[in-house]
Amino acid sequence: MTDPLLKIEGLRKSFGALEVLHGVDLALDQSRKVAIIGPSGSGKTTILRCVNYLEVPTGGHVWLDGELIGEKRVGDRFVHLSERELAPQRREMGFVFQNFYLWPHLTVLENVALGPWRVQGMARREAMDLAETMLDKVHMGHKRDEYPERLSGGQQQRVGMARALAQQPKVILFDEPTSALDPELVGEVLSVIQELAAEGRTMILVTHEIRFARDVADVVVFMDGGRIVEQGPPAAVIDDPRHERTRRFLGQLGRG
Amino acid sequence: MFERVPYYIGVLLKGATVTVGITLGALAIALALGLALAVLRTTRLPLARPFVRSWVEVFRDIPPLTQLFIIYFGLTYVGIRLDPFTAAVVGLGLNGSAYCAEIFRSGFSAVHHGQREAAASIGMTPMRAMRFVVFPQAFRVTLPPLANYAIGLIKDTAVASAVAAPEILFRARNLTSETFETPLIYLLVAILYFCLTFPIARLVDRLEARRKAWA
Amino acid sequence: MSLLAELQAFFAVYALKWPEWSGPMGRAVIVTLQITALAYALGLVVGLVVALGRLSRNPFLRRAAAVYVEVARGVPALVVLFLIYYGLVPLGVVLDAVPAAVIGLGLSAGGYVAEIVRAGIGATHRGQREAGASIGLTPLGVYRFILIPQAARIALPPLVGVLIAVLKDSSLASLISAPDIMLRAKDISSSDFLPLHILLVAGALYFVLALPLSAAASALERRMSRGLKSRP
Ligand SMILES: Nc1ncnc2c1ncn2[C@@H]1O[C@H](COP(=O)(O)OP(=O)(O)OP(=O)(O)O)[C@@H](O)[C@H]1O
Ligand SMILES: [Mg+2]
Repeated sequence: MTDPLLKIEGLRKSFGALEVLHGVDLALDQSRKVAIIGPSGSGKTTILRCVNYLEVPTGGHVWLDGELIGEKRVGDRFVHLSERELAPQRREMGFVFQNFYLWPHLTVLENVALGPWRVQGMARREAMDLAETMLDKVHMGHKRDEYPERLSGGQQQRVGMARALAQQPKVILFDEPTSALDPELVGEVLSVIQELAAEGRTMILVTHEIRFARDVADVVVFMDGGRIVEQGPPAAVIDDPRHERTRRFLGQLGRG
Repeated sequence: MFERVPYYIGVLLKGATVTVGITLGALAIALALGLALAVLRTTRLPLARPFVRSWVEVFRDIPPLTQLFIIYFGLTYVGIRLDPFTAAVVGLGLNGSAYCAEIFRSGFSAVHHGQREAAASIGMTPMRAMRFVVFPQAFRVTLPPLANYAIGLIKDTAVASAVAAPEILFRARNLTSETFETPLIYLLVAILYFCLTFPIARLVDRLEARRKAWA
Repeated sequence: MSLLAELQAFFAVYALKWPEWSGPMGRAVIVTLQITALAYALGLVVGLVVALGRLSRNPFLRRAAAVYVEVARGVPALVVLFLIYYGLVPLGVVLDAVPAAVIGLGLSAGGYVAEIVRAGIGATHRGQREAGASIGLTPLGVYRFILIPQAARIALPPLVGVLIAVLKDSSLASLISAPDIMLRAKDISSSDFLPLHILLVAGALYFVLALPLSAAASALERRMSRGLKSRP
């Protein structure tokens, strides 16, 4: 048995006195897709942010491809890495934000090329070519020279995905990529995610789109109150949940 | 070496009353004139806009010290002799009218013109719309920049020392000619100005924080 | 005499006197520009350092930078000039008028610059930094490629405003006897007994120097208010 690509162990996070993650364990193998669902405030975003170390966990560890993320061992203690030391580790993970966070002073193409050019150290020309390929993947090639604020939400989010893809990441973390979008724009974003899933990319997807989670994910994780309540194949968790809380949550959503 | 400090402070505080007097006088002129200019700019009178724009540009771009000298020394040439206090009030007031006009202008434009139309639609005259709809809203927007302007004005009153108006800095210069404790005296002067401006600066911060909370 | 004739007589003085005035006033303009440029440069450097202090993680640096900004905002530039030029003499620090003016005006402007820079950097949403971090940019990279380019656009118009303010404040240097426009105007007015004529020249000179800057500031402002979106 090989190690999982991404392993989360005993992850805890407190904001001041409030603990919002009470020890989360999760593992996923290469090419697997995990969907995390759960009520608002249950800690879904916080997990992703801790994995990418945008938030420093208060306890637990994260490994990506065998490498300890955000920490190093000094003797028998774990020491947090500086932001500088974190940079190369974050480069291995793509993050797609709920609110896109494209950079308004750069064109669509520059947004996508910035990572390859300035982080991965490609030549400018090469970075632009890569960016263009990624934009084509998300069907945004025709808007390469626009500035982000001229795009619809769905278009911005697809550029956000191209930006993450351009990192050539080992895993992509999606934080509710469609929940800031008008209903009629959700479809175009989901269909791109579906295409990426079909390419065999490893991803964690936090979403409220239950039906989509069932179609795309290998594993569905239901969270409530900072804990994983149950996880398993979609057929089990979504269609035949064992826990009362899961049933109630899905019931409120009309079962997706 | 500090035994004369109470005496210094006493003298400087007398100067501070003059500083405050100049500030209030100039502020009154600047507000009244600035408001008039800003309203004039919104009218359809011919040449109103270029007139106001040139006024603002001229009084804003020429240093207060130069304006003060023109009024105090320059006007003697045409037979107008003002005492230092009046010259400072008039000079800084004219200078400030440019700033206030700009502040009021942006305050007015922050009120959506649809609101004026709405006021007209219920039968308000333009003057009433100004008074009941535009002013109350513009006031909120203009308060922080006006307070900032007031801080700048207090600091600008220091130039009045150059025409011998008996304000803080002028008194300080007289004190320094009596003694060698120059560093101490100027330090006290700095502290005194700071005490005058600091409460207003705090007010600005509070207002800005509140404005951000709304936005 | 009619008004027209009086005006004619008034302006006739310039025709007579200008050849004599133009030399000293021209040199005075150079001094004014020197003081302005050097003080502004110093203000930018001081302001940048103070702004970084305010954004630093060290609480002592943050506090010190905040105090600097408060003091610079609350104390008149003229008082700073007097403090540096006259106030330090008993302590053995004797500066020439021009360096004293440059230092005083620069320190004073630094407070404003710091606030402008800080506001510019603070205006970018935290999510923008995080997006930068998420693609693997180092903190320095986030500053260089994300924060500073955006902050520069926001800060540019008010920074031009500070330049205008420094130009105007440079007139205060005359009160510590730096040979700038105002000092020369004052000298000439007391020697020629034509105070109104020469002071109007001084006013016009400042106006002519400030006008293009002021136009540039409002043009930049207009471009900014159209937002980043409308960049061609
Ligand atoms: N920076 C923060 N400071 C304090 N509390 C926070 C912070 N970020 C998140 N929280 C709290 O942590 C809890 C979990 O938040 P999180 O954003 O992870 O929930 P979520 O499951 O993503 O919810 P949603 O579905 O609404 O996005 C919430 O109670 C939230 O208020
Ligand atoms: Mg969330």
